[in-house]
Amino acid sequence: MSESATLPTLADALALGLTRSEYELVCAKQGRPPNQVELAMYSLLWSEHCAYKHSKKLLRTLPTEGEHVVMGPGENAGAVDVGGGLVCAFKVESHNHPSAVEPFQGAATGVGGILRDIFAIGARPIAVLDSLRFGEPGGATGARARYLLDGAVSGIGHYGNSIGVPTVGGEVYFEAPYEHNCLVNAMALGLAPRSQLVRSAAAGPGNLLVLFGASTGRDGIGGASVLASAELGAEGEGSPDKRPTVQVGDPFEEKKLLECSLELLQRGLLVALQDLGAAGLTSSASEMASKGGVGIDLDVASVPLRELDMEPFEIMVSESQERMLCVVEPTRLQGVLEVCAKWEVGAAAIGAVTDTGLMRVLRDGEPVGEMPVRALVDDCPLYDLAPQPPAEQIYPPPRATLARDATLAQALLALLGSPNIASRRPLFEQYDAIVQSRTVRRPESADAAVLALPDGSALAVSIDGNGRRVAADPYRGTVAAVLECASNLACVGAEPLGTTNNLNFGNPEKPHIAWQLAESVRGLGDACRALAAPIVGGNVSLYNEGATGPIYPTPVIGMVGSLPDARRAGRLGFARAGQRIALVGSFTPSLAAAELAKLRGEPLPQELPEPDVAGASAAQQAVRDAVRAGALASAHDIAEGGLAVALAESCLAGGLGARVELEGSAEDVLAELFGEGCGGFLVSGPDAALDELGGRVPVLAIGTVGGEALRIARPGAAAEPLLELELEQLAATHAEGLVELFP
Amino acid sequence: MKFGVLQFPGSCDEVDALAAARRVGDAELIWHGQRDLGGADAIIVPGGFSYGDYLRAGAIARFSAAMESVIEFADAGGLVLGICNGFQVLCEARLLPGALLPNANLRFTFRQVHLEVVAGETPFTCACPPGAMLSIPVKHSFGRYYADAATLQRIERSGQVVLRYGAGENFNGSLHDIAGVCNERGNVFGLMPHPEHAVEELIGGSSDGLLIFQSMRLAVEGARV
Repeated sequence: MSESATLPTLADALALGLTRSEYELVCAKQGRPPNQVELAMYSLLWSEHCAYKHSKKLLRTLPTEGEHVVMGPGENAGAVDVGGGLVCAFKVESHNHPSAVEPFQGAATGVGGILRDIFAIGARPIAVLDSLRFGEPGGATGARARYLLDGAVSGIGHYGNSIGVPTVGGEVYFEAPYEHNCLVNAMALGLAPRSQLVRSAAAGPGNLLVLFGASTGRDGIGGASVLASAELGAEGEGSPDKRPTVQVGDPFEEKKLLECSLELLQRGLLVALQDLGAAGLTSSASEMASKGGVGIDLDVASVPLRELDMEPFEIMVSESQERMLCVVEPTRLQGVLEVCAKWEVGAAAIGAVTDTGLMRVLRDGEPVGEMPVRALVDDCPLYDLAPQPPAEQIYPPPRATLARDATLAQALLALLGSPNIASRRPLFEQYDAIVQSRTVRRPESADAAVLALPDGSALAVSIDGNGRRVAADPYRGTVAAVLECASNLACVGAEPLGTTNNLNFGNPEKPHIAWQLAESVRGLGDACRALAAPIVGGNVSLYNEGATGPIYPTPVIGMVGSLPDARRAGRLGFARAGQRIALVGSFTPSLAAAELAKLRGEPLPQELPEPDVAGASAAQQAVRDAVRAGALASAHDIAEGGLAVALAESCLAGGLGARVELEGSAEDVLAELFGEGCGGFLVSGPDAALDELGGRVPVLAIGTVGGEALRIARPGAAAEPLLELELEQLAATHAEGLVELFP
Repeated sequence: MKFGVLQFPGSCDEVDALAAARRVGDAELIWHGQRDLGGADAIIVPGGFSYGDYLRAGAIARFSAAMESVIEFADAGGLVLGICNGFQVLCEARLLPGALLPNANLRFTFRQVHLEVVAGETPFTCACPPGAMLSIPVKHSFGRYYADAATLQRIERSGQVVLRYGAGENFNGSLHDIAGVCNERGNVFGLMPHPEHAVEELIGGSSDGLLIFQSMRLAVEGARV
């Protein structure tokens, strides 16, 4: 073994993010202190980002099996059967810290990374959704939030638009705890013939390892460890020091890589395929070897470089984007190189599969690093959390922006214009939502995105996660997020097939963060089991803390479902004057952690009301069936801002007013109008359809579609309305809320 | 009737254009590196980001082997339709007058727009009812139509302005609200909106875009009679 000048020390290991005991364990596994290459590789593969060392035990409790599941957690993406010989691959991933340091490239490469995960299993990416969190965007203190928002939205659009994958949906929330540590989670879906799916396990000693795509440079070194697995800290925000750890994306290179990969698979030229993401070649090669139970010899001198004088460890840990690694039988190498040449994609054989069980790094045939694959990939110590609920609420109350004596009409307008509820059009207009000609429902026309499939059926997809509610009650808040995703699917007529999730939390070594994480995962598992929506993949992003403390605990849930007839996909807008409006489900609204409570500056409550999972599930099934039967004119999940906001949204989406009568008492009126909860739907349709729905679940007729205003009153013609607002005013308020954020 | 749809590295909407054309006739993809246009009766230069739009949108694609053949095909009177990036390519190739600059709002913008058919007699609009307004989506960063004053005057006079954005819909700042122009001879047409994404109600919200492809078929088959 040729040693580079001196061996690294414990201090070097600590600087790379390993603990003392982890370093000692590495020495024990190696039977000697690791050299520079080996230490660099261990530090990455044993990072939280790669090894899930604080979350793996929890994740094992999640339900991962179901009748539609084709590929579960552990592969590059999960996959479910969608009929007609096709599978849908999907996954959500975060790029939080890169986006907090450099929002445009951070978000762009987040999209690039999740797309590679999809085509790495042989599926053509057909849609992207994104889930974003920023600080409060208003006023002088909102400058950072506005900068991050603008950069992230531009970056997502830049990558998705250029590569020809539609951005069909998503969500964005603005809350003070995300000011320093924004969240950028991207979800992608792909479609593949079931027979074309490929796994990432390397196999067949003697087979060749081919690296193809972009060349390798110094960008993104240490991304997984230094950047992703530590708190951003006071200096973290926009720190120029950390910018070199953020990668730079090239969607054109990825477009060629995508077409090239799919053609290689279609021609049957590959044994295994894996993308290069966090930790670059180190993680891709070792994980392929680990999954196949084989060894790999890899010669860094064969890796095409952007810069001439790169050290072996730099080549092994570079996170240069738009690269893939595949295993090829020697006789097929020529064919592989020809397909790469056609797509003008660089390719080089850089190593071989062996039966040694060792990951061996060579330079011009000379060994520069040698590690047991098992030790690298599987032997990172897993840690037990020490969960402890905090003695008191750790998040300060939000700043009040609505007077407590505001009228109901003022409250509704304030909600409709607030950053968390205002029209998302200024964002989604920056994304191509229609390329590939599958998009049946564009953003803001339905609760979930709907994508047509060749056989006339459709996929539906929704992404959701309300951090403030999870902060108030990690278990119930997470259950509510899963229920809301399924409700969104029900509104377009879709039944859940599978779920993905991205767990965005603070530092798990702190007991109250550990408690948030443990409770949230318990809620996730329970809700997914209850809805038969198993988890097929996901990601964990920890250490999301800035100078002012942790983010709200934010599990982001992505759910994919299917509906038999694309033409009957539901809409959220009222469609015909004179039709009845009804509230469906056993909806018990509460102002606890509701948007109204936030505007009024109320502190987070100690808990949320217990969600009625069975009731919500029954309502979802009933609404789904009615939408599928074409019986309803509109269906909308009651979520942020409660019934009044849902009414306004259905009015605005349909361009029709509504006259609504609510029976209730004066002291409950705020909760009645603006309270939030699970399992409530606002629907409209012909009387017969609502009557039939009422035979299955609670249905309360509350009004009639029509007119130029939204009027909500107590029963009795003489009564003064609780509120009455012209559609024009509602529309202007809703439309303007986010416009000024994109000058 | 056979359409040929060019495919460059970085094309995104070529599959959509292919599917739209197949609603009207036969259609096949033409790889950028090949000179043979496969006997196509009409050529579509599709949307997307050919060669990553590096250097300038359309600036590299116009030098491809297939584009050399398309220029000859156009010079011989063949019908050529450029959509979005294809429009940019045709301007770069000097098959169409003017250029496409960054949108006035400096952002990629996707929305459904209404288009006024100004010239209804061209091979690309002859199937449109007189005075038709078309509902078709746009999605681009570089769509602000620009030409110098003399060129604008000339194309206005000679009836080369084919489509204009409807009242209040010119979000990108195009001069004279121009959304689509043809060459003097009338056989080459480029537009920023995407007719291939408006060929059925279910996924386009409108089927108005089909009229463009139907017009081309009428023109080609009429020429044959």
